[in-house]
Amino acid sequence: MTEIWQGLIRAVQMIASFDAEVVEIALRTLSIAGTSSLLAALISLPIGTLIHFRQFPGKRALINIIQTLYFLPTVIVGLFVFVLFSRAGPLGELGIFFTPQVMVIGQMVLITPIMMGMTISALSGVRKELLETATSLGASGLQLGLLVLREARYAVLAALLLGFGRALSELGVAMMVGGNIDGYTRMMTGAIWLATQRGDLELALALGIILLFLALVISVVLNRLQQRRSG
Amino acid sequence: MKTGGVVLAVLAIAVVVSVVATPRVPSLKIATTSSLYDTGLWGKLETIFEEQNGVKLQIFYAGTGIALEYGMRGDVDAVAIHDRAREEQFVSEGYGVERVPFAFNYFLIVGPEDDPAGIAGLKPEDAFRKLLEDGAEDPGRIVFISRGDDSGTHAKEKAIWHEAGFTYEEVQGSSWSKARDGYVEAARGMGPTLLMANEKGAYTLTDNGTFLAYIGNLDLVPVVETGAMLLNVYSVIAVNPDRHPGTNTEMAGKLVEFLTSPEIQAMIGSYGVDEYGVPLFSPCAGAEPED
Repeated sequence: MTEIWQGLIRAVQMIASFDAEVVEIALRTLSIAGTSSLLAALISLPIGTLIHFRQFPGKRALINIIQTLYFLPTVIVGLFVFVLFSRAGPLGELGIFFTPQVMVIGQMVLITPIMMGMTISALSGVRKELLETATSLGASGLQLGLLVLREARYAVLAALLLGFGRALSELGVAMMVGGNIDGYTRMMTGAIWLATQRGDLELALALGIILLFLALVISVVLNRLQQRRSG
Repeated sequence: MKTGGVVLAVLAIAVVVSVVATPRVPSLKIATTSSLYDTGLWGKLETIFEEQNGVKLQIFYAGTGIALEYGMRGDVDAVAIHDRAREEQFVSEGYGVERVPFAFNYFLIVGPEDDPAGIAGLKPEDAFRKLLEDGAEDPGRIVFISRGDDSGTHAKEKAIWHEAGFTYEEVQGSSWSKARDGYVEAARGMGPTLLMANEKGAYTLTDNGTFLAYIGNLDLVPVVETGAMLLNVYSVIAVNPDRHPGTNTEMAGKLVEFLTSPEIQAMIGSYGVDEYGVPLFSPCAGAEPED
């Protein structure tokens, strides 16, 4: 029990003193997870909207597949990206294995299905009459898409946030394809893992608390933005 | 609301740029056995090497098994490990340039102070045999934590079992291993395995460097410390550029030179004296140490 208390104290000290190493790891974590979330969102929103609007054979099956991928274990994504991007693999020529870039790719594979699937669910919550009115007023496909995304913005934002949260908190991809290299590809979760492995439970707990604190800050900021918009 | 959007967009772009444009400083990737990493030796050598060569040293914490796999796939430029048989195979199969020993120490069998299996002072192979025989009758009291991760230490453990007259499959298939608290494969690095053995009041095989580095967190004591089987040699091998043209062979060569240079050899030979009173490693610049 004392470790938890000590860890909490250490976390507060690290946050208050802007501990250089922790700040660096936290910023790296945010930028890697942020990049993968942003790119995944850029893929998921348009494609998700398209899937929602278009009727095509196999649509139900496609949505089922996307939803199945919600359950993708991070180690499987890590393994898959390892085999593809390792120098001996088919994409090894790129020479990006063990870099932040390949971590972004792995995280995108992990979170795109969540963002896309939840976008589709979010859009199906929008009232049909709204779309019918817009269509009768001569709205184009793009306008319709933007309208429906706007109408469902809270649910869509939740989808994006969930994806970002998964990228921020995952360990498998970061370890297996990033390599957990100090000062280069080490994320918060990797730092927590290493501290635990070395028996420095106090540091591990402190880092864990800081990661949760970061998540708290992010969700508070997003909530504020949402309130301002709706208000 | 407009400004909010602009701020978000700018932030988002900044985030993407910061990752995509990560400066590509010249780097040397090296996979190193957990026992070298857990002692903190790499942490010390890293800064010196980086300053001397203007390169970023990227170190992977990996057991010998996965370290060699990274080497075979060309994902690292060099490996620093400790399993002679597999190292020689790695070189003879053309994956590595040359096996260069640079430091050694000894393995120990450590365990609870009261030594429930009564193996103190035995030869390592005899100690292992007694552990297996008595452990089968009394698991729970006689526990052994194996690395179980195909690391160099794990390979040494298998070699000792072999010397004791058992195949590893026999050990894994024994009733000792089937018992919940008996022969346990930890599947983790040396430091964490020691912590686990400590937690369970178990025996384990460790290199003395990691043992000393962790001694402050352990109640375990050395039980068996002498025997020809216990020599532990660390080697560095540059990955063969013929196999994987993208690897940084020139810098890997410099790392080999660096590790065997008189200055660094002296540093390796005195590493740990300040903190533990004894050195954790002995230098052996390029030559096989004699027992």
